[in-house]
Amino acid sequence: MNQRTARKAARRSVGSVRRISAPWAEPDAKALVEFRSVTKSYGDVTAVDGLSLSIYPGEFFALLGPSGCGKTTLMRMLAGFEEPTGGTILLDGVEITGTPPHRRPTNMMFQSYALFPHMSVWDNIAFGLKQEGMARAAIASRVEEMLALVRLEGLARRRPDQLSGGQRQRVALARSLAKRPKVLLLDEPLGALDRKLREATQFELMDLQADLGLTFLMVTHDQDEAMIMADRIAVMDHGRIVQVAPAEEVYEQPANRYVAEFVGDVTIAEGVVTSVRGHLVHIHAPHFGAIEIDEEEGRANVGAPALVALRPEKIQIGHDEPAQPLNKVRGEIWDIAYLGDFTMMQVKVGGDDGPLVKAAIANRTRRMERPFAWDDMVWLWWDVEAGVLIDP
Amino acid sequence: MRRFGPFHMAALAAGLAFLYLPILILVVYSFNASRLVTVWGGFSTRWYGALLQNQQLLDAAWLSLKVAFGSATVATVLALLAAVALVRYGRFRGRTLFAGMIGAPLIMPEVVTGLSLLLLFVAIGLDRGFWTVTLAHITLTMCFATVVIQSRLVAFDRSLEEAAQDLGAPPWKAFLTVTLPILTPAVAAAWMLAFTLSLDDLVIASFTTGPSATTLPMRLYSAVRLGVTPEINAASTLLIAFVAIVVVGTSLIAKRDLLRSR
Repeated sequence: MNQRTARKAARRSVGSVRRISAPWAEPDAKALVEFRSVTKSYGDVTAVDGLSLSIYPGEFFALLGPSGCGKTTLMRMLAGFEEPTGGTILLDGVEITGTPPHRRPTNMMFQSYALFPHMSVWDNIAFGLKQEGMARAAIASRVEEMLALVRLEGLARRRPDQLSGGQRQRVALARSLAKRPKVLLLDEPLGALDRKLREATQFELMDLQADLGLTFLMVTHDQDEAMIMADRIAVMDHGRIVQVAPAEEVYEQPANRYVAEFVGDVTIAEGVVTSVRGHLVHIHAPHFGAIEIDEEEGRANVGAPALVALRPEKIQIGHDEPAQPLNKVRGEIWDIAYLGDFTMMQVKVGGDDGPLVKAAIANRTRRMERPFAWDDMVWLWWDVEAGVLIDP
Repeated sequence: MRRFGPFHMAALAAGLAFLYLPILILVVYSFNASRLVTVWGGFSTRWYGALLQNQQLLDAAWLSLKVAFGSATVATVLALLAAVALVRYGRFRGRTLFAGMIGAPLIMPEVVTGLSLLLLFVAIGLDRGFWTVTLAHITLTMCFATVVIQSRLVAFDRSLEEAAQDLGAPPWKAFLTVTLPILTPAVAAAWMLAFTLSLDDLVIASFTTGPSATTLPMRLYSAVRLGVTPEINAASTLLIAFVAIVVVGTSLIAKRDLLRSR
């Protein structure tokens, strides 16, 4: 198995083997892109607020957040379209703050693709190379190489308005890769594609990034996109980074309530820590009773308020009371959403003024009559390793 | 599609007649063999022949074309710069004043524009003639050209320019290689509009020209005051044909551009 297929196989499997290297965890790793307490304000509005971030060579990095969280502004500052009002940006150890966009070794794939409508596919891809003053023959061979890379060899003479959406996306990608940028910036790269094409393109982008060994910085509001493609995700809120971590960590160990609620579905139980015995923490939460979770030692103090995040797929549902003494609650089925691969239940626990708990059950058989119906009284239970303590 | 009933037909005929009957009569009588304008004496192209012998009229036509060409070209360049300033630089000091000043000639009575230009030329001691008419026409047509280019520039996807810069083109080069080629249809339409406006203008030209430079509309007007001859009809027909070609050309370009930008 060569390195490429090994890397691909590693990427597609889940869990700790997914990544070959984790430069962000190595103390002497050198960052390729460094934001140092960068601030950007427009009048009274602060789009990016004293943000620091390092991105390492070869990373596929995603900035994730709702619209208006500052992720696009951050990326545009790296491209040079916006200048920070405070702080510095370093690329490969060199400060680039103040350098105009045309002198920065970054290239961007625009959300609208921004293909030049009056130029052919070939001329679009060659545009950046011509600006460099590259020799004619070298330009031709690079353009051919790029066309082959995105599999558009036959369409070099077409104009952008004669291409499909997927083809345009690939031209935009080829154009932004042609100059071999130190960092490729992707602004909502798959937003304009339909679902099937998006899924296929996600894997193509990942393979391309791994094969070329390039550094990708992507901006997206789509958590699936970020989780599938990125090595690390920065979750942003109001111009700040709330958490930077690989997808598994963002999902299983969210830094706070905002991250837990933004990425995936979650039920949050609010309570008070009643006892800490080693790594076992007991929390008493109204409506939920006693919750026992397995946590890092030292994370919780007796008497302190605590938030426990429970993901729906980690909660089990049944008519009979489970044998376990803790981590169970009785409730009434409020809502059932059938989604094909699984069914999402909303269960009202602790009476009419209690919270709704989300529980997902995988549909393992083709039987269409489900054992649960609206208004059924059911038991919910979960493992000691299901819940996680989060910051408010 | 809705049925085209007799009422629609009548309405259309009445509308077209109201607009074009006078012009049609003029065109028809330009082919009149008779010397009397209002009496039909059979078909002839003799007045077109006579036109080619009328050196005064030919000189006036040539002058008008030169003025129209020169003023349209300068006005379009200025209009392009004004439109870029208005659309691209967002809010700058004096923007409202600038936008208002550019639009002013659109609504200002031509007599006022003409008179004020005349006073200016007299005040600075500029000899009135070809150059003053051209300058006056630049003033008149620039605002129309600005409106045409501005409306296209507003709809222009800014990220195209950013993409060009991102790929290594300095701002001026991004403008020349990406923005300008995409704007070409609008710029051409603006030029043609300016050209026809200049060619048609009588009022401002009368105020700002001198004895050495008489434009075609002025020559026609002074000829008419001495009595309408079929020769004038012929000259007017040619002028109408020329302007019609330019206008149709402009709208075709604009339509193609609109279809393409979708």
